[in-house]
Amino acid sequence: MKMVMAYIRHEAFEPIRADLLGKGFPSLSVSEVKGSGRQKGITERYRGAELTNYLRPKVKIECVVAGRDVRTVVDTILQHARTGGVGDGKVFVLPVEEAYRVRTGEAGEEILQAHPGGGA
Amino acid sequence: MIVSAAAGVDSGDTAWMLVSTALVLLMTIGLGIFYAGLVRAKNALNTFMMCVAALAVATITWALVGYSLAFDGDAKIVGGLSHAFLNGVDFAPRDGTTIPHLVFFAFQATFCIVTTALVSGAVVERMRFGPFLVFAALWSVLVYAVMAHWAFGGGWLQAQGTLDFAGGVPVEMGSGFSALAAALVVGSRKDYGRQALLPHNAVYCLLGAGLLWFGWFGFNGGSGFSTGDPSVLAFTNTLLTPACTLLVWFILDLMRGRQVTAIGAATAIIVGCVGITPAGGFISPAGAMVLGALVALPCYAVVMWRPRTRVDETLDVLAAHGVAGLFGIVFIGVFASKSWNGVADGLAYGDAGQLGSQLVAAVAAPAYAFAMTWILLKGIGAVMPLRGPAHDEAVGMDIVHHGEEAYLTGEGAILMRAEAEAEEERPVVANV
Repeated sequence: MKMVMAYIRHEAFEPIRADLLGKGFPSLSVSEVKGSGRQKGITERYRGAELTNYLRPKVKIECVVAGRDVRTVVDTILQHARTGGVGDGKVFVLPVEEAYRVRTGEAGEEILQAHPGGGA
Repeated sequence: MIVSAAAGVDSGDTAWMLVSTALVLLMTIGLGIFYAGLVRAKNALNTFMMCVAALAVATITWALVGYSLAFDGDAKIVGGLSHAFLNGVDFAPRDGTTIPHLVFFAFQATFCIVTTALVSGAVVERMRFGPFLVFAALWSVLVYAVMAHWAFGGGWLQAQGTLDFAGGVPVEMGSGFSALAAALVVGSRKDYGRQALLPHNAVYCLLGAGLLWFGWFGFNGGSGFSTGDPSVLAFTNTLLTPACTLLVWFILDLMRGRQVTAIGAATAIIVGCVGITPAGGFISPAGAMVLGALVALPCYAVVMWRPRTRVDETLDVLAAHGVAGLFGIVFIGVFASKSWNGVADGLAYGDAGQLGSQLVAAVAAPAYAFAMTWILLKGIGAVMPLRGPAHDEAVGMDIVHHGEEAYLTGEGAILMRAEAEAEEERPVVANV
């Protein structure tokens, strides 16, 4: 089991969500995050103060899948998140020790995603 | 030093018109709050600023030529230029009124401002700010001033008998059908129809609608240019009509989803105020209540239907202003009552001709507003792009066009001067 953790632009989220759902990966978590990277800061002006904000808003997606599905999920994210500009984000793949479904107490890969072929 | 008012000026009337002018000016800020609440947080400032832009641009164009084109002489299509640059607008009473010409000018200016601001609702969240300023300047003259002349300044609609108390023609149908054209020319937002593009603050919507209603007492109550009977009637009708619209909107909401919505309520207040705008001084209080209840029906239908189309007329100016204004104009033709207005009866009181005069306005005003706005924006679009790249829309208009955000956390912000001092230590950053 692996966790795919992606930091992406806001506008990339909706196409990724729709595509993953279509491919049988409906289960994911999303958070609004701020981060700094090589992307240039935003210049803002408030009365006399001119300032640059290096913390840019991003969306973080976390999606736990069976090992054999990692490539599909990562490719889907890369496909939709790439504009070619600095600031497109990053994708990380992390090992996951175990997974439990809270409602039933079941454990294992079969609880990860709802589709018949994917995580089962 | 002149201390007394000019001959023919009534102090009571003038006092009320001074207050009314300030009330109507507040409506533009109320509209800004209402609109800002309806858009996403990243576009809240830009949306508000389009209304603020109207305060600057439309006031100036009105003083330079707009007022003159609307209110100089009674030519059929458009007025003259003898009041351009406020020539001859002074302390003497405006013809046909008991208030100084300067006050009459200022009161009418606030109408031009808020109407120009209204049209922005069709293009928010994607139109560039610069082209909008150009559009606002030209629209306030070519569309608003011309239609104001038709309805108020002795133009052909007024001459053929159309009754329009406070602006069903230039303000409501003018903005509403222009908004439809503007939405079609500027095009839909990038994510329209694919993602939920939701209001970010319903409290702003209610606050803005409340300020609009408050200001509308000056808008309608001042449109008799006096403290006489028509003004008093319009003032009270401005209380009655929106209340009825609100209640019917509640019922429609309940029938549709078993819940009464706040943004629906804010919309209903505006629809009611718009509906009574043309009719305020012409129909009985009971008639105003019937108008309020009935105007909710077509407007609710258009508000529900429009998002199912591909037309991203974003803030439903057509439904809330165009359709409600048209309804009010036609309603006069049926329910105008001479015993209340001293001018004319509608169909229900025996004069079918009045309905005919109203229907002429209900056809001509939308047609002119739509066509002229379409041509105007196509023209501006040929000279400068109306929209930026899709990436700008993703970032949000506030940062792209104003370099500001509505909701700041302050974290991660570095003053530019401090940054310059630390320049050597900073890693190289690539441009986007």
